[in-house]
Amino acid sequence: MARIVGGITTSHIPAIGNAISRELFEDPYWKPFFDGYPRAREWLDEVKPDVAIVVYNDHGLNFFLDKMPTFAIGAAPQYTNDDEGWGLQPLPPYQGDPELSWHIINSLVADEFDICSCQEMLVDHGFTVPMSLMWPDRSKMAVKSIPVAVNTVQHPLPTPARCFKLGQAIGRAVASFPKDLKVVVLGTGGLSHQLDGQRAGFINKEFDLMCMEKIVSDPEALTRYSIHDLVRLAGAQGAELILWLIMRGTMTGTVSKVHSNYHIPISNTGAGLLVLENAV
Amino acid sequence: MEPAKTLEPIPGTIIFDGAMAVKGYALNKMCYTFNGAAGRQEFLADEDAYCAKFGLTPEQTKAIKERNVLALLDNGGNIYYLAKFIGMLGLNVQDIGAQQTGMSVEEFKAKLVAAGH
Repeated sequence: MARIVGGITTSHIPAIGNAISRELFEDPYWKPFFDGYPRAREWLDEVKPDVAIVVYNDHGLNFFLDKMPTFAIGAAPQYTNDDEGWGLQPLPPYQGDPELSWHIINSLVADEFDICSCQEMLVDHGFTVPMSLMWPDRSKMAVKSIPVAVNTVQHPLPTPARCFKLGQAIGRAVASFPKDLKVVVLGTGGLSHQLDGQRAGFINKEFDLMCMEKIVSDPEALTRYSIHDLVRLAGAQGAELILWLIMRGTMTGTVSKVHSNYHIPISNTGAGLLVLENAV
Repeated sequence: MEPAKTLEPIPGTIIFDGAMAVKGYALNKMCYTFNGAAGRQEFLADEDAYCAKFGLTPEQTKAIKERNVLALLDNGGNIYYLAKFIGMLGLNVQDIGAQQTGMSVEEFKAKLVAAGH
């Protein structure tokens, strides 16, 4: 049977993608951030997952306000990125796993999560930046991927509690897939940041560090916040914490922390990295 | 279940909800086209004509011409679609953070660094 071997959280800021393409790994601004990642890659090399489920939010590349699904799941044989408005170069396509995608889709709808399925889906920096951080050498990358896009663009956003439950339902879906696959779940985005309004630049280190701790040991505590609470405490875009909660919900075994790193600021954001192992 | 009650406002923050999504639909639709080079070129060739093509209000057109992010937000702009507009102009989120908070870019960057201490 398939099983979820662990989860990873990471920021997905576009500026990280630019810094990777300019190879700013030793730059004094970027070094404290990039230095967190080798340990995460070592863990992935040890575990060798077959599939990565990547929970992210589309930032206006694939979805417009004409049709805005709350939860959308990729079911494509491959996923490509595209220019997001500032002349990004296309990356090699990411291989999908349609069989597992459809199994998850079927299982979720049976489990009363009426998600949107996508046989074509452009993935933006929310997906590609974490993939580039985890698997920088595309020539050696064997992992397949399944994007899970969550609406954080237009309120109402799904509640933290609902997102945690979606994660649990994804966890049940993976556990019932009959092939022996190792699955890792990436919860992307966050932590605190706000891009818009007079409150732009809001960062809440204390709240971020509390989230880094609770997401490991007591995720239910974080599900008691409302979206409005998250906007107030973590900034307008800090509501991306719901993506971490989906990741955490998928892990129902004994969860332990392998590695963590937290750094302020990357762009306008408190950047949190966690590697969590899910023991049976 | 009833929709959520009116929530206590968060200073300096617009919640982009259904009402704002209706108000800003044309503006955001225009910005969505900036994902592609063709949309960017057509806009840059004749800004007024491009705004008119999407049916922007005079307030939205003025805010676009003035590159005024707070006015764009007030008029229903969503930050993710506005990011396409901002990116096209070669600005980043520190530049617009400074503009929105009335700081210099250096002051704004220093504020972000200070948040880590």
